[in-house]
Amino acid sequence: MYNNIGTIYGVNGPVIYLKGNTGFKMSEMVYVGKERLVGEVIALDKDLTTIQVYEETSGLRPGEEVIATGDAVSVTLAPGILNNIFDGIERPLERIAETGGAFITRGVSVDSLDRAKKWPTHLTVSVGDYLHGGTIIAEVPETRAIMHKCMVPPDVEGTVTSVVPDGEYTIDDVLVTIRLNTGETKELTMTQRWPIRVARPTQHRFSASIPLVTGQRIIDTMFPIAKGGTAAIPGGFGTGKTMTQHQIAKWSDADIIIYIGCGERGNEMTQVLEEFGELIDPKSGNPLMDRTTLIANTSNMPVAAREASIYTGLTLAEYYRDMGYDVAIMADSTSRWAEALRELSGRLEEMPAEEGFPAYLASRLSAFYERAGMMHNLNGTDGSVSIIGAVSPQGGDFSEPVTQNTKRFVRCFWGLDKSLAYSRHFPAIHWLTSYSEYLSDLAPWYQEHVSPKFVDYRNRIMALLNSESSLMEIVKLIGSDVLPDDQKLVLEIARVIRLGFLQQNAFHKDDTCVSMEKQFLMMDTILYLYEQSRALVAMGHPMSVLRAENIFDKVIAIKYDVPNDRPEMFAQYHQDIDAFYQRVLEKNA
Amino acid sequence: MSIEYLGLSSINGPLIAIEGVQDAFFDEIVEFVVSGNERKLGRIVEIYEDKAVIQVFEGTDNMSLLNTHTRLTGHPMEISLSPDILGRTFNGIGQPIDDMGPITSNLKRDVNGLPLNPVTREYPRNYIRTGISAIDGLTTLIRGQKLPIFSGNGLPHDQLAAQIVKQASLGDDSDEEFAIVFAAMGVKHDVADFFRRTFEESGVADHVAMFLNLANDPVVERLITPKVALTAAEYLAFEQNMHILVILTDMTSFAEAMREVSSSKGEIPSRKGFPGYLYSELATIYERAGIVQGKNGSVTQLPILTMPNDDITHPIPDLTGYITEGQIVLDRGLHSQSIYPPINILPSLSRLMKDGIGEGYTRDDHQDLANQLFSAYAKVGEARNLASVIGEDELSPIDKKYLEFGKEFEERYIGQRLFENRSIETTLNLGWELLGKLPREELDRVNTKILDKYYVPAPVEE
Repeated sequence: MYNNIGTIYGVNGPVIYLKGNTGFKMSEMVYVGKERLVGEVIALDKDLTTIQVYEETSGLRPGEEVIATGDAVSVTLAPGILNNIFDGIERPLERIAETGGAFITRGVSVDSLDRAKKWPTHLTVSVGDYLHGGTIIAEVPETRAIMHKCMVPPDVEGTVTSVVPDGEYTIDDVLVTIRLNTGETKELTMTQRWPIRVARPTQHRFSASIPLVTGQRIIDTMFPIAKGGTAAIPGGFGTGKTMTQHQIAKWSDADIIIYIGCGERGNEMTQVLEEFGELIDPKSGNPLMDRTTLIANTSNMPVAAREASIYTGLTLAEYYRDMGYDVAIMADSTSRWAEALRELSGRLEEMPAEEGFPAYLASRLSAFYERAGMMHNLNGTDGSVSIIGAVSPQGGDFSEPVTQNTKRFVRCFWGLDKSLAYSRHFPAIHWLTSYSEYLSDLAPWYQEHVSPKFVDYRNRIMALLNSESSLMEIVKLIGSDVLPDDQKLVLEIARVIRLGFLQQNAFHKDDTCVSMEKQFLMMDTILYLYEQSRALVAMGHPMSVLRAENIFDKVIAIKYDVPNDRPEMFAQYHQDIDAFYQRVLEKNA
Repeated sequence: MSIEYLGLSSINGPLIAIEGVQDAFFDEIVEFVVSGNERKLGRIVEIYEDKAVIQVFEGTDNMSLLNTHTRLTGHPMEISLSPDILGRTFNGIGQPIDDMGPITSNLKRDVNGLPLNPVTREYPRNYIRTGISAIDGLTTLIRGQKLPIFSGNGLPHDQLAAQIVKQASLGDDSDEEFAIVFAAMGVKHDVADFFRRTFEESGVADHVAMFLNLANDPVVERLITPKVALTAAEYLAFEQNMHILVILTDMTSFAEAMREVSSSKGEIPSRKGFPGYLYSELATIYERAGIVQGKNGSVTQLPILTMPNDDITHPIPDLTGYITEGQIVLDRGLHSQSIYPPINILPSLSRLMKDGIGEGYTRDDHQDLANQLFSAYAKVGEARNLASVIGEDELSPIDKKYLEFGKEFEERYIGQRLFENRSIETTLNLGWELLGKLPREELDRVNTKILDKYYVPAPVEE
């Protein structure tokens, strides 16, 4: 067994130094000190090896041993990942709680996944088959919702020489033996290990063509994200980043959700655990946790593990993508990850670039977001990894380095706005600062699956909101009374759009997740109301007369009054609008 | 084990370096004897082979390279704990300073604490009634929450914290035990005195453990004060099953002490000269609030921080806001109109509120009412801006109604007397009374059913 050993020379916070050339490799995982704390090699020099430690280093003394493991920091991939909560380096927190109590002690050595549990396994290969990397060898129902597909590791191929019958196996039992092309035999179990900083290989990438439907109107209709896409949610504190991420995690049509709580609050993770355990996935009828994995590295857990947690989550996501699933990653928040980089960079006394962040911030961010995508996998299945990263800009100022660099690498930007949040307009995604580059890529899908008029409607809604904002400039100076009636109508309709369409109530049973069909019909109704009112205004009817009718508020209340499964109710609204039109005409004839 | 080292190799501000030490470890506490009589404590902050960099809590005054004896204690920073710490006063590193003798207990705890495992946390749901409308109604405080008060110099944050302590502790007839841990970091003497007096007047003095690091006490000591206080709080909450309210004041001094020490260590600064690990350090303090499954106690934090130049985007309030579960923001404008407490509700927020209010906790209309008040008050701001440009007379009738609503809201809902303890019913009913000034169509955040039940338009004045 490969076992290089070094001794500690110096300790500075989470960074330790070893003297001399230890023969360690870059990014290799090491065990530090008597308590065997987990660490990673981050710099090598002729006379100095630098290691970041994923656990609290208090109590370490010079002279203690550091043992190299020979492998890069890796995650264990096998059934048991879903419906589970891990720390930043894939240690299951429930197990840690069982062995160590309520607080996380140091140097806990627990297996990532349950090695004793027997899984009902169905083998999908037979003797004589030639297996490539990625080939599915067995299927295991991991949760009620998800069939786990055990695969040949990407770098292995050969001919099957023996297969076990279907039955119950642990993740360490040998399922298939193959003869490699070199003549050696290799035993395959359900388990693979994969280094977290290396992307899992695929055949090729598809361009975005299918939206990730989230049930959130401002996202699906106004600024959609594609499956395999990337999006950033920047916003100051209290603007609802976490809430937006929770909503997407709950209601999006991804098969699997990886929720990374990176440097965020402990109570938030507890809330996700509780809520997702109770909530039922509308598609499968199973608890949401059945399709969810949580990576929790709360803000008071060691900073180096926070840096790793993002990659751990990403690698788990890629593994499920390889099985042919659509995976969505919620990373909350990437700023904490960037700050962990900054903190470690400062400890290493590297030359800082903007605001103390290291110069490699941009390249790390781009490498992270580029691991998203809709892929054709090695085994011929198609799967996707979508990344939705929250950004917590310092002081809510979007010009800071993390937001700016993130903007360069994501194609969807949902900017949260403080003033919207202050007036409790949620989701506080501001329609003027946000954008989505996927709009044109996804237009064919919308035309085919929702309505040919969808994109046109969306653009008209957007145009109304834009004219509202320029009219508001005038209103701010001289008040709204002096505007001509057609402009007053634009303001009124924009109000209907803001309150009745963009604002969405996460705590209302019908409004928390809205089908594409209802989203389209809502737009249709609002625009029909606009057309009819505009005709009335053009005939010289003043806005005050139109406003006296309660039709505007009635349309605003559609979001609460029409359940998702009753689209036929929209016909009534069209009739109401017609009736309103007639009434105004008659009254003022 | 107790080898004494004579002499130091360098002194730089609060930091000293010593060479030739054997078997020292990172974060170990060391004891100094200066000139044979003065005792000081220090902590190893960096260590390279036999050279240790030590931060001296009491400051390096009087120390020379020759007159200092150093002894390794073999343990990290620890404090003695027993239920007797209630009613006592300690200095910033947990040594009694009230002439009542040392705490005798075999129980010692590492002040650094350990992160609480998210799976063993219990999600906080029980609200604490503070008797202050702006808090109870709009930014409800929940047991186990960390809710800081963002204030500025000269604003009445101390009075507000004291009022919360008084009304939250005594309003409840429950038999559960309640205690306060008070940590002062770099605050003025009169502030510490004010709190001590308040605790005595409201009869809770024997339920308070005070940890005082005053403005003229050593800066480095400040870095450890909140950790000592929270270690005591965790002990009382999770081992003695008490409900603990921790008041930390002033977090700004704590962060500035960190900057001072960091710069003397020669570290690379990030924002405004603060070290890159400011976020992590603040988080290890704030995250020590919460409830543990299966334990009866809880730790609720009420940190106070003064925003330098009233700037909420300054790194200290900014990073705090990202860690804590909301914030209560005090406003100079309201204060100068003599409105107490001068809480600016728009940027204020309680993240845990939504799960601790409503039917079964407070009343079914609470959430909708709060949303509506927030939204209406935001419109008041818009109307005021407009009025400042075109004059109040030119405003539309509805904007005028908002101005009127805003004025009453600030005076009657936000404003209350220093000893006024409002019940939750009073607070909620007052909210509806004020909303009655607005026409029903304007109330777009409230469910129709709730409107029917609670909305009463105000009688039109002639």
